[in-house]
Amino acid sequence: MSLTRTDKATVKAFWALIAGRADMIGSEALSRLLYVYPQTKTYFSHWKDLSLNSAPVKKHGKIIMAAISDAIGKMDDLTGGLLALSEVHAFTLRVDPANFKLLAHCILVVIATQFPVDFTPEVHVSVDKFLAALTLAIAEKYR
Amino acid sequence: MSLSRKDKDAVKAFWALASKRADLIGSEALTRMIYVYPQTKTYFSHWKDLSLGSAPIKKHGKVIMGGVNEAIGKIDNLTSGLLSLSELHAFNLRVDPANFKVLSHCILVVMAMLFPKNFTPEVHVSMDKFLAALTLAISDKYR
Repeated sequence: MSLTRTDKATVKAFWALIAGRADMIGSEALSRLLYVYPQTKTYFSHWKDLSLNSAPVKKHGKIIMAAISDAIGKMDDLTGGLLALSEVHAFTLRVDPANFKLLAHCILVVIATQFPVDFTPEVHVSVDKFLAALTLAIAEKYR
Repeated sequence: MSLSRKDKDAVKAFWALASKRADLIGSEALTRMIYVYPQTKTYFSHWKDLSLGSAPIKKHGKVIMGGVNEAIGKIDNLTSGLLSLSELHAFNLRVDPANFKVLSHCILVVMAMLFPKNFTPEVHVSMDKFLAALTLAISDKYR
């Protein structure tokens, strides 16, 4: 399910709207991921505090969201643009790609709670497709 | 996880061997899918007989494998090569793409059973990646 011109335009426009709260969305999304899907804690066992809204989790959520915002600028070639990140995830972090879907879901849920009026079904499908395309690009170097 | 040159060569080489039994692979795979994952019967309720070894299932398995065979010939550009098949699945058949993974699994199991010596781990990974790429191409027109 490739990104159409409409998808790309929709994602860019919506992201311009939510950019001001990107940090908060990232923090919330990662916190939710660890809380709603406790098995994901396995990747963060090097942090002492993994409770809801812990500081290291919030901080890392911002980093992840910044990378996603960065990927929006590379939407025309996500695979090429995210090569280095793919290598990090594949060879160093070794995150099971199934978890990317879970995080994508959490991001959408947080966006929905924060922008109930603007997160229309049309925006929802385009952002979901973008996160799916992003997932594919990050998973590229796994095998 | 795009198909490398090595993946494509491995798939073509294995298919040169396995294509002689394409009909059997297709029949067996579809039969198994319906038997092992009964929820997939929902797409075939227009056939009276959905029991193990039923004739319409076997016949349709051959049709599906014919599609896979065609896709191998279009391995360098699956998305455009399978455009009309994608439209068929998206707009007419409306098969939930999750089922493509299930069928892929059954195809791999049958290949392994019929070609135990040739279905090495190297062939397995390339064939699995190919079927995943095929799944993506068939899913392209869904949204």
